[in-house]
Amino acid sequence: MDIFLQQLVNGLVLGSVYALVALGYTMVYGILELINFAHGEVTMVGALVSLAAIGAILGMGLPLPGVVIVLLGLLVAMAVCAALGFLIERVAYRPLRNAPRLAPLITAIGVSIVLQNVAMLIWGKQYIPFPAILPIERYEFLGATITNLQIFIVLLSFCAMGGLVLLINRTRLGRAMRATAQAPQVASLMGVNVNSIISLTFILGSMLAAVAGVMVSAYYGLAHYYMGFLLGLKAFTAAVLGGIGNVGGAMLGGLLLGIIESLGASYIGPLTGGVLGSHYQDAFAFFVLILVLVFRPSGLMGERVAERP
Amino acid sequence: MLQKLSISVLSCLFALGLGACGKGDEFSMTTSTPTTPPSKSANIAEVAEIVKIGSVSPLTGPQAHLGKDNESGVRMAIDEYNQAGVTIGGKKIQFKLLSEDDQTDPKTATIVAQKLVDEGVVGVIGHLNSGTSIPASKIYSDAGIPQISPSATAVTYTNQGFKTAMRVMTNDAQQGKVLGEFAVNVLKGKKIAIIDDRTAYGQGLADEVAKVAQAAGSQVVAREFTTDRSTDFMAILTAIKGKSPDVLFFGGMEPQAGPMVKQMKMLGLKAQYLGGDGMQMAEFVQIAGADGEGVYASSPGNPLEKMPGGLEFSKKFTAKYGKIQLYAPYAYDATNVLIEAMKKADSTVPAKFLPVLATLSYSGITGPIAFDEKGDIKGGAVTLYRVQKGAWVPVP
Repeated sequence: MDIFLQQLVNGLVLGSVYALVALGYTMVYGILELINFAHGEVTMVGALVSLAAIGAILGMGLPLPGVVIVLLGLLVAMAVCAALGFLIERVAYRPLRNAPRLAPLITAIGVSIVLQNVAMLIWGKQYIPFPAILPIERYEFLGATITNLQIFIVLLSFCAMGGLVLLINRTRLGRAMRATAQAPQVASLMGVNVNSIISLTFILGSMLAAVAGVMVSAYYGLAHYYMGFLLGLKAFTAAVLGGIGNVGGAMLGGLLLGIIESLGASYIGPLTGGVLGSHYQDAFAFFVLILVLVFRPSGLMGERVAERP
Repeated sequence: MLQKLSISVLSCLFALGLGACGKGDEFSMTTSTPTTPPSKSANIAEVAEIVKIGSVSPLTGPQAHLGKDNESGVRMAIDEYNQAGVTIGGKKIQFKLLSEDDQTDPKTATIVAQKLVDEGVVGVIGHLNSGTSIPASKIYSDAGIPQISPSATAVTYTNQGFKTAMRVMTNDAQQGKVLGEFAVNVLKGKKIAIIDDRTAYGQGLADEVAKVAQAAGSQVVAREFTTDRSTDFMAILTAIKGKSPDVLFFGGMEPQAGPMVKQMKMLGLKAQYLGGDGMQMAEFVQIAGADGEGVYASSPGNPLEKMPGGLEFSKKFTAKYGKIQLYAPYAYDATNVLIEAMKKADSTVPAKFLPVLATLSYSGITGPIAFDEKGDIKGGAVTLYRVQKGAWVPVP
């Protein structure tokens, strides 16, 4: 029982990380119907930039507590990623906004490869360790173990989701975003600056990606120019699982994917009598995705928040 | 009678003709460009003949830093020979390095192997991983080109019956035996949990450790698997924690081993962590930080400071290419052995220097190098290390 509980906790934390990244995918898709494959790479840039900033701050030798240093690094990463998100949209996607849908998709993959290689040129091919400056504390309950960092990650992704839902449903900006998603031309006739709304969406999504990147590298203790690829793929899967374009769906999809992977890794071996080992956890997760898509093609939470006519 | 005689004469002639053909083929296939007929060689004896040596390692992807390290080792050896000047078969030889990226992918490995064969290399140093060295070895074997891996340790690599497949690195069976005995005898492991990353390297080592530990009377309580791209091991570590092992062995590389030991501490899994040479790297200590203290790992061969020419090599290498990651000394030695065999055979034709290479005794900077009948290094050393105060220290 304590093992089951621990696996649920593991899945919840892993799922929260997926959800944080998936929110970025789903925001962009909700408004542009574009799958921004470069999003995983923005996460990677966020992680690497924050590590560089943290290294620089540590190098100055200021007597700051570890949490403050990480927060400062996070702020720098968010600023850089916001600029990067804006730039990506401006340079790579805006010129193609009226092109066939395949064109921006290919561009997105191209941007992702470019970002990977630029990061490799800047930071090298090595794994960059996350300095051990965060005080990690373990808590035990009912035989399961959770650390303060894990709790923080889960809370953060719920807050990010809550904040996004409020932003979209309760603010003027959110209304403009929904209007843009429904009918960009009509929205612009109503005085909505469609271009700046789309830019803002990318900036917000990229800032979330920066947060996710910093969390991932703090949690696993390393960052690497390649880390965005698999993370992006998993987060995209999570977004599709929950229903892409739907903020709640991204959250649900992320958490579900994390929990399925954890439980899969734990029980797939014993259940199949050792025929399939725990390394099939990824395959298992994708198998569940296929099942869901067969019966609910638009994902678990279904329709996008707004449907374009 | 007469008829019989003429037939035998004919067949003799035929055989001779075939032999000549064979030789001609060999010549045109293996002599590197530009091919110059022997008659003209007097004129252009001063122009150095280009002899191509291949190096294959992952230069992109998660193990790119190790791949670059190997490539630099090969490059350094080749540069040194070129600087000193080498004359083989009466001709001045200029070695040229052709470096290829196999991306740690078995399929890409065969493609780049074929590419090197087509470009006429006379020998290949590589590949870095067992998973890529094994499929590529068939291609080199078919072409008759010697392949010396500086770092592939899977037993299969030299067990396929290819005369061209060799290595200067202790193999997994030799290393796994030492690790398994260490886990049982020194760490007093009664219950051992084993994880591998499902690569030919990780799996081979883990299987060997499991075999030796079981033979020594210990129990393998858990056998879990991950991949060489994962960073999250909470799920399998939780499953292992339920079996409360004394020793956790991981067959894999440091990008997984580092996060894994952190997550062990996060979960409160108290087993002694043990790994092979893929883990015994400076980066593991950096990634694992304080959680890495007290971890044991083995490394085939000797530590740099115990290598006969280790310190001198380290000085030269660091000045040119930066910090040594891991296998550069072996890549350097593998290249030296290859070239020494050519010098001793006085030929750059693989078919001629391969038999010499197989029986060569060479004292390299990593130690004495000689191959057994399978192509494994004779008497490969294994050293155990422990992380103490943030650095790998050899266990006395």
